Amino acid sequence: MNRHGHFDALARTLHWLMAAMILAMLFIGAGMVVSLAWRPTLLDLHRPLGIAILLLVIVRLVNRLRSPPPPLPADLPAIQKFAAHASHWLLYGLMFAMPLIGWSMLSAGGYPIVLFGGVHLPAIAPHSPDLYALLRPAHTVLAYVLFATVLGHLGAALFHAWVRRDGVFSSMARGGGGDRTP
Amino acid sequence: MSQPMPSSPPPRKRSPVPALLGIAAILALIAAAFAWVGGWFGRGLTPQAITDTIEAGKPHPGFRRAHTKGVCVAGSFSPSAQAPQLSRARVFTQPSTPILGRLSIAGGDPHGADGQARVRSVALLLKTDDGQEWRTAMNSFPFFVVATPEGFLAQGIASAPDPATGKPDPAKMAAFLKQYPEAGKFLAWAKSAPWSNSWANTQFNGVNSFWFTNAQGQRHAVRWSLRPQAAFEDLSAEQRAQSDADFLSEEFDARLAKGPVKWDLVVTQANDGDPIDDASQPWPDDRKQTVAGTVTFTGTTPQDTGGCRDINYDPTVLPEGMEPSKDPILAARSAVYSVSFNRREHEIGTGQAPEAAGQQGAKP
Repeated sequence: MNRHGHFDALARTLHWLMAAMILAMLFIGAGMVVSLAWRPTLLDLHRPLGIAILLLVIVRLVNRLRSPPPPLPADLPAIQKFAAHASHWLLYGLMFAMPLIGWSMLSAGGYPIVLFGGVHLPAIAPHSPDLYALLRPAHTVLAYVLFATVLGHLGAALFHAWVRRDGVFSSMARGGGGDRTP
Repeated sequence: MSQPMPSSPPPRKRSPVPALLGIAAILALIAAAFAWVGGWFGRGLTPQAITDTIEAGKPHPGFRRAHTKGVCVAGSFSPSAQAPQLSRARVFTQPSTPILGRLSIAGGDPHGADGQARVRSVALLLKTDDGQEWRTAMNSFPFFVVATPEGFLAQGIASAPDPATGKPDPAKMAAFLKQYPEAGKFLAWAKSAPWSNSWANTQFNGVNSFWFTNAQGQRHAVRWSLRPQAAFEDLSAEQRAQSDADFLSEEFDARLAKGPVKWDLVVTQANDGDPIDDASQPWPDDRKQTVAGTVTFTGTTPQDTGGCRDINYDPTVLPEGMEPSKDPILAARSAVYSVSFNRREHEIGTGQAPEAAGQQGAKP
């Protein structure tokens, strides 16, 4: 349960860990598709990181439903409240969708889904060019949507921190150990 | 219970402009870094650019961009008793592994004449009972033409037919050879190496190096080849000129009708100091060679409906016990094959490739 208007420790840990992982994934993905030298190396990172994000977002969603986040400031304009809620659920949706589409896309392309060493995952979609032709571009388009949403999220967080100074940023940045945001 | 967050404290008459500018600058910086990594500002040579050069502006929808003409082949691999000493990969201990393969000729024309293709090739996909895969794509040349993807692109540009003469411009080829002298021995090979009269008596070479690790943890840099068990039979220039455009697949089917066709998988180990990450440099002939097993082909299927059509034979798809070397050509092959695969699968999946997909009524 969040107390003192802060996210709980698990929520904060998952948030910052996954923030780093997702940013890394976006940069790895953007780089590996245009690189002649680094594709195999980056792909070897991209697959296990993606599956790790999928597992972590499950934990995160369960935790969020069990331990609701602190409410937004009462004086936040309705449009900003709506944007906050919509973008958060969009982020959750993409955190699930991107690894699942990546996994399905490799399945549809007939690729083995190697995590590390001899450890690999089964296909979750039929080997089909029709499906691959749909999923491969979807993975790219949604990656741009995710990147844009992450940027918007970061911009809004900094707006709360530096312009509104309303405690929203510190509710995720720090624990609620009695500190009151100035 | 949590209480609603306290609302903002009384404003200290601070202008929000510097903070907003700071936020905008941070977001712009991250977006610019992302765009740079994604190659939006140009980042030198990309796999897309190499694929464009291979396509030469006229790709055949749904077909592979290179080594376009070929047939799917079915078969199996049986390892030798010595194979596990080389690598702990499951494929070297499992008694028999099915192969989904493809025999092909170089060039970008799905109807190219077999008698004009200097380079022949074979691709293999071996999937063991634990689900691991080994994919490899091998060629009849004994070493790669150049050491780097930049050299490969330069060769593609230099050897493109001049629109005026229909032949490569000798001045451009000379300039290419001056910049990439290693290509000289490839051209000499192309000129002098005898042609065989079948895929079955052609030797195929992996060319790139890989690292094998065995169960004892010993690592070796290796290259592999398929050495034909069928005896070499010469194909003269006259015979080539008169041969049917599809003589390779016709001959192979006739041969298969009499029995399976086999190759030995020969693994060569590097000595200290051998060029591992340069596919244009062959290793000396006296390097230790081990027959790691036998590849047996038993049947063919046309590629428009066969199982090899929708496979990307990416040579960096390897089982545990095998790793890619740092050869830049190997990484570049992975990158370029991926672009080619994405383009042709998109064309097939969106109905733009009736011929490649073997649909009724497609013009030949």
